[in-house]
Amino acid sequence: MSEGKTGLPGVPPADLPKDLIDLDGLSERQITTVLDTAMAFREVSEREIKKVPTLRGKLAVLLFHENSTRTRLSFEIAAKRLSADTLAISASGSSMSKGETLLDTAKNILAMRPDALVVRHSASGVPKFLGDRLPCPVLNAGDGAHAHPTQALLDLLTLRIHKGRIRDLDVAVVGDIAHSRVARSDMVGLRKMGAKVRVAGPPSMLVPGLEEEYGVKVYDRIEPAVEGADAVIMLRVQLERQKGSLFPSSREYARVYGMNLERLKLLAPDGVILHPGPVNQGVEMTPEVFESGRSLILRQVTNGVAVRMALLYLMVESPEGPPPEPRQSR
Amino acid sequence: MPSHILLKDGEIHDRATDMRGPGEILATDGVISKIGPPGSVVPPGDGSENLTVLSLKGLLIFPGFIDMHVHLRTPGQEHKEDPETGLSAALAGGITSVLAMPNTIPPVDNACVVESLVHKGEKLRKARLLVSCALTRNREGRELNEYDEMREAGAVAATDDGSWVRDSSVMRMAIDYAHTCGLAALSHPEDTSLSGKGVVNEGRISARLGLAGIPREAEEIAIYRDISLSGLSGKPLHLCHLSTAEGVALVERAKNAGIPVTAETAPHYLFLTEAEVAGYDTNAKMNPPLRTPRDVLALREGIRKGTIDVIASDHAPHGVLDKEREFADASFGIIGLETIAALSFELFRELGLPLDLLSEVLHANPARVLKRPVGLAPGNPADITVIDPEKEWTYRVAEGRSKSRNSPFDGRTFTGKAVMTIVDGEVREDSR
Repeated sequence: MSEGKTGLPGVPPADLPKDLIDLDGLSERQITTVLDTAMAFREVSEREIKKVPTLRGKLAVLLFHENSTRTRLSFEIAAKRLSADTLAISASGSSMSKGETLLDTAKNILAMRPDALVVRHSASGVPKFLGDRLPCPVLNAGDGAHAHPTQALLDLLTLRIHKGRIRDLDVAVVGDIAHSRVARSDMVGLRKMGAKVRVAGPPSMLVPGLEEEYGVKVYDRIEPAVEGADAVIMLRVQLERQKGSLFPSSREYARVYGMNLERLKLLAPDGVILHPGPVNQGVEMTPEVFESGRSLILRQVTNGVAVRMALLYLMVESPEGPPPEPRQSR
Repeated sequence: MPSHILLKDGEIHDRATDMRGPGEILATDGVISKIGPPGSVVPPGDGSENLTVLSLKGLLIFPGFIDMHVHLRTPGQEHKEDPETGLSAALAGGITSVLAMPNTIPPVDNACVVESLVHKGEKLRKARLLVSCALTRNREGRELNEYDEMREAGAVAATDDGSWVRDSSVMRMAIDYAHTCGLAALSHPEDTSLSGKGVVNEGRISARLGLAGIPREAEEIAIYRDISLSGLSGKPLHLCHLSTAEGVALVERAKNAGIPVTAETAPHYLFLTEAEVAGYDTNAKMNPPLRTPRDVLALREGIRKGTIDVIASDHAPHGVLDKEREFADASFGIIGLETIAALSFELFRELGLPLDLLSEVLHANPARVLKRPVGLAPGNPADITVIDPEKEWTYRVAEGRSKSRNSPFDGRTFTGKAVMTIVDGEVREDSR
């Protein structure tokens, strides 16, 4: 595995940017390489010994300023299956809750000399802030309402596996488009890979200019958006931050925008349902939809590990990768 | 023995005294004594008096620039700025007078604080320090302050800048009573029930970056209310830091209807757009936020037509930790004392606007609003700004005199620089 960073037959080197902040900066070719690499790592997770030595001796710091069980676990599992050491820092119980500034946090992480930093933060722009100040790769695990690139990549991988392609698929994204980092990254990723994207949500959850900015079609009802769709991504409703201002109640939301068996019939015959999780059962979708064979939600979780393994592998400098840049002597 | 200073060989641009071209100025004991065409100003002549002659060949002479929107952060936040560094930055930027905003900690809402600031300014002998007091007690928008006592202590204006006075009855009384007491009333137009937790202009950029937006309407609703109240009382009201095209249109309509409002904008709204925020640059985070190219054009047109009366910097110093942090939590504002004159000069050159209009927006209009002496007329304090129109220079914020470093104009190269700042007939800055 020394010729180029994938070392996989037929997969060209990715040449990814130092940091993964959002998908805006990636080309279709780069995204394809990440997905191809992830396909190879999916196999690792099926083995009896689910571990490769690729990142042995490397340290991945997982900085989670916002609660997130599944994304953190997914990154942690990905890093461990690559044999990297991991260190998870969460906001509560760390100095961040004692009033440490972000600049302090950056300087302290720098002093620990990690080989990768995975960051989840409630404020948009924090991964960029840290990436600009740290020499190691920074992977955005979700920042504010800005971006969640690894989620979008695992959605793309899931679609590619189950639909055989992404180009020309009709994909609908339903829910709080305005405040969702998942929606933003999905729209960018899907458009870059050639899918046709429709979005739907109450007007209070749409922002003006989506059509021009992202090249998507906008609907304020769910039915026309999902009609004939090959896939529908149902976004999580942030119940904790709604308080009746964006829509009257979660009951009303479920009635107007929720996915149920009746609406499922509107999709293309083999249309599938995705959701970034965790699902508010009975709000975004009924339990029947969740349990139906059309839901790929748990496959997404599995694919998430593969995508994150691929990214860590491609972005972290490793002995098995290309020779490191010449360094200044200490 | 009287002391004289004679400025000759320069080009004077002062619409207030109708001087537009080569001319000479004589100041005696800090006060302008004569102004006229070349050769017409002869110093009083027994040869024994203390006379300084300055030849300003190739340079432009303006009545002293007044920056009527400056946060000196004193009392309370002296780690960001204090009168010494702020007024020294003003001199470096060609500003002879600074109006200090009262949103300090504690706020300037009583005569004691006013007096202490006035005293500090006098002692420093840098740029002239003009003090504005808060409109309402503790800047809470509920009760009026004791304007008359604060005016007597030296305040020239009253404003709750940083906050809008939401209660319309309180604002109505404030406009009325400030006028009665001889203070200029200034408003910070922002309907905070609409701007909420927004941090950037609501639109493409806020959507792209996942940041909470501030709709332009938050400003326009407030401007409309303020204009209505000025019309209702018939008393003047000055609107601070306009940033939107519709705001300019509202002011234009009000002026045509004879309502005595004046309006101000800042250089950053004349040069920058929301696009600067891309990459989460907190030096592009201001309140009101940077808007769109359409707004920039409308504000520029407002300057040309005189709808916008004043350019002021909204100098808002912040420490490193206030700015170098999560975008949503970073402080609003940028410093501007050292760049306002150069940016304004660049704007006028770019738009081909007459330089005597520059004397209006940077001197005469602020002076009128604040009821200060207008123009280079005999009897007025000899406050003078001299600009070298051809001097090329690069603004380096790290070398600036402000205590703070938050400027999006760092590294910008200018043609045209304020090279001499005269206050009370004293040359307090000379970098010719």
